[in-house]
Amino acid sequence: MTTTLRRTPLWDVHKRLGAKLIDFGGWDMPVSYPAGTIKEHKAVREALGLFDVSHMGECYLRGPRAREVAARLATNAVETAPVGKAVYTLLCRPSGGVVDDCIFYKKSDDEFFVVVNASNTAKDLDWFREHASTTCDVVDVSDQTALIAVQGPKAVGVVDTLGGGTLAELPSFSFVDANVAGVACMAARTGYTGEDGFELACSPADAPTLWNALMEAALPLGGLPIGLGARDTLRLEAKLPLYGNDLDDDHTPLEAGLGWAVKLDREFLGAPALRAQKARGLERQLVGFTIDEGARAIARHGYAVVDGGEIVGTVTSGGPGIMVGGAIGLAYVPSRLAAPGTKLTIDCRGKGAAATVVSGKFYKRAKS
Amino acid sequence: MSTFPADLRYTHDHEWVRPQGKVWRVGITQFAVDQLGDITLVDLPKEGDEVTKGQRFGTIESVKSVSDLYAPVSGKVVAINAQLKDSPEDVNGEPYGKGWMLDLEPNDSAELEELMRADAYSKHVASQ
Repeated sequence: MTTTLRRTPLWDVHKRLGAKLIDFGGWDMPVSYPAGTIKEHKAVREALGLFDVSHMGECYLRGPRAREVAARLATNAVETAPVGKAVYTLLCRPSGGVVDDCIFYKKSDDEFFVVVNASNTAKDLDWFREHASTTCDVVDVSDQTALIAVQGPKAVGVVDTLGGGTLAELPSFSFVDANVAGVACMAARTGYTGEDGFELACSPADAPTLWNALMEAALPLGGLPIGLGARDTLRLEAKLPLYGNDLDDDHTPLEAGLGWAVKLDREFLGAPALRAQKARGLERQLVGFTIDEGARAIARHGYAVVDGGEIVGTVTSGGPGIMVGGAIGLAYVPSRLAAPGTKLTIDCRGKGAAATVVSGKFYKRAKS
Repeated sequence: MSTFPADLRYTHDHEWVRPQGKVWRVGITQFAVDQLGDITLVDLPKEGDEVTKGQRFGTIESVKSVSDLYAPVSGKVVAINAQLKDSPEDVNGEPYGKGWMLDLEPNDSAELEELMRADAYSKHVASQ
């Protein structure tokens, strides 16, 4: 059987850069470039990196009642955000399970731009259409939108210089129409690495021009192109959840520790279930853990957390802590095992590895 | 396309063996390294352990995945590369040199002839 993998507008660029390409949810995407995942990860922490995230889905909710639809779908208060703000939110089912996590960009009360996970694009669009029905327009612009993330301590300087010197002032989780390297784009002060930086949305035709200009500016500063491998290790170190690993239909945002993005004083899909869950108390929670030094193991997605000979939880993400050392991960565990400092045992391919629950991000960037 | 050293013998699972007298050195090939990406942890048996041809003797973790290491021949572990505990990246850098894993005393030196030579291994890799 042959399947045709989808290509982003930057596919030729990745090929030329010597990227190793893999099938990622039907997309032919760079998992790493010749520098390798570890060097790419460090480049983002110490200088900057460029990510092609054009595979992500984008749509507009548009119309006089768009605000009402956004308010009903999003767990976070996207509707009351000021124009020009980007808001991280979950989309929940009536059960409280998570359909996806995404960012709503408020362009006006009549227009929200939404960026969703690549693997969920079709599902999310169906979800939007089902719940917007005739109330507002759901316009899929995934194929007309390229997305480049520029992340790292030197990212803002590079984008600001190429953008005419005004973008550095843009606050976190804000966006603005900009011209970067002669390319019209939407510049958002957002990202998925735990670093400062931008995500730039532009037309597919302009994407190579924008990428090449950014790359040219980044290389002398120690910048690198970054593949999906480092994107995953970066987001894990910053304790940012990944849908399909740490979030899914069977877990709620409260269990995932995302209560800050759930505003229960509003009415939205899933709100009654989440209020009830909050009142009852959580039976299980997503926790961060580090594998104890002597254990010589790395916990991976799907490994079991065991307690007294019984499986009590599941590792949802895990890997090496590239800046922090050792092995780190996230797991759903019963609330009695969720306090920081609690000792866990993780079944790493038949070997019981000792781990410790830790609070907060594994890696936190220095305040600039 | 990498070329494979002619003085080594190879398994289908991408381990190599360098016969050096009574003790044979074992590691993994450049092809395996390219597939794995950045290696972050190598878990090896202890000196004195017995390994069995075709059976798992350890694990290797890269950033993205974990893989088993299979013994190319049966024998007794007489040395392990302890440096890999602190420098697993040596396997990426020099898979046939500093990135070696085990020294084995083979139980049956005839097992060497069951392993592939470089040209056969090249063909095996090309078919993957």
